[in-house]
Amino acid sequence: MTATPRLPVTLSVNGETHVLTLDPRVTLLDALREHLLLTGTKKGCDQGQCGACTVLVNGRRINSCLSLAVMHEGDEISTIEGLGTPEALHPMQAAFVTHDGFQCGYCTPGQILSSLAVIEEIRAGVPSHVTDDLEAPIPLSDQEIRERMSGNLCRCAAYPNIMAAIRDYLGEGA
Amino acid sequence: MKPFSYERAASPAEAVEAAVARPGARFIAGGTNLLDLMKLGIEAPQHLIDVNRLWLDTIEPTAEGGLRIGALVRNADLAADRRVRRDYAVLARALVSGASGQLRNKATTAGNLMQRTRCPYFYNTDMPCNKRRPGSGCAAIGGLTHNLAVLGVSDACIATHPSDMCVALRALDASVETVGVGGRTRSIPIADFHRLPGDRPDIETALEPGELITAVTLPAPLGGVQLYRKVRERASYAFANVTVALVAREGQMVRLAFGGLAAKPWRVEVAEGGADPDLAADLALAGATPTEDNAYKLPLARRTLKATLAQATEVRS
Repeated sequence: MTATPRLPVTLSVNGETHVLTLDPRVTLLDALREHLLLTGTKKGCDQGQCGACTVLVNGRRINSCLSLAVMHEGDEISTIEGLGTPEALHPMQAAFVTHDGFQCGYCTPGQILSSLAVIEEIRAGVPSHVTDDLEAPIPLSDQEIRERMSGNLCRCAAYPNIMAAIRDYLGEGA
Repeated sequence: MKPFSYERAASPAEAVEAAVARPGARFIAGGTNLLDLMKLGIEAPQHLIDVNRLWLDTIEPTAEGGLRIGALVRNADLAADRRVRRDYAVLARALVSGASGQLRNKATTAGNLMQRTRCPYFYNTDMPCNKRRPGSGCAAIGGLTHNLAVLGVSDACIATHPSDMCVALRALDASVETVGVGGRTRSIPIADFHRLPGDRPDIETALEPGELITAVTLPAPLGGVQLYRKVRERASYAFANVTVALVAREGQMVRLAFGGLAAKPWRVEVAEGGADPDLAADLALAGATPTEDNAYKLPLARRTLKATLAQATEVRS
């Protein structure tokens, strides 16, 4: 097998433009973690089953482990590092702290990005498996939120506290 | 992952040309299935042709009163489209019963059609598999078969097709639009798109080498109550054991297709039209060849159909 030529790719991550030269095998997740040293995004299963690697691409949540970095030329990527800082937490991050929405914390960046995207998806009228009426506005119910968070596993099973954090955030900022 | 070269196609014709010119080339769109398989060494394309920028991502009305869904429309966007939610609810419901929110944001209409089986022996590269390595044998036959096929199987393969979307497309009589070598376009009825395994389970679709899916077309809306019921081993984010796609009108089963039973969505047209779910199940499931471990799928399919038809009748009243 001949060596694979590296390819240039320009990514905008948390508002900052990065020009990288990458082996096409590098996933978006590895580009963030290993090349840009943004290790907030976690590698759990590396096969799209756990959601720890969830990032927003052009405002939509995806599994960054199942996407090649070179396929994201010009895309706007948002990671947990762009959301808040330890000194100035995003309100969703603060809610996770308040409600102990984690134990080991490994799935937490993915949980937080996913929960923000879930709220946007419900408001935009994207249906889910538990949406009864496909044509009516979708309620921000616990049932809707739980179903939509099913792509983010938490092996510490902090699920009730994650729900409490999301509910608290909605109470504050909705 | 094995090394591969990568190019971004600028037009469908260019993508087809590139695929024909490079043996071992594969198209990549959402990548949610292909990249997983490449990481596990199940797929090892030598060249990837990125088709994401071909502008095939719109949903347009057709002259016949239906919809033309671009190949690159993401599963989440298709389920959220107002026309799909209103006129093709069985499709919207099938889409949101599959995968996770993250995956549906990335996975495309064409990619969902091209999904590969989740048979555990297909995924285990230490085991023989006629899909993965033609002629190597089938470790599933005589193995752990609890979620494998009960209909349309062969001595070479007993895998199921994993898609929910395709079951709804089958019930709706969708067509798959393609462009092939020399710019030749064709429309493949969904019934003919997926193949049963026969003696070549590695050939899963009617696509020819280099042929690219450009759209999926839906005929004019059928109306009625449209439901998709999925039975699986978790409440969310799991592949099906059995699914039912049903379009019912006044208690009659206008369209009926099953998922989780075969290497393609299972629809038997003569089973449709009546109001008796037992008779429909008898007709649709005739000729099944279950194993001890997956025989449960037959009563489960029958009961799921009954429950879905009862639900459709309830919705109507």
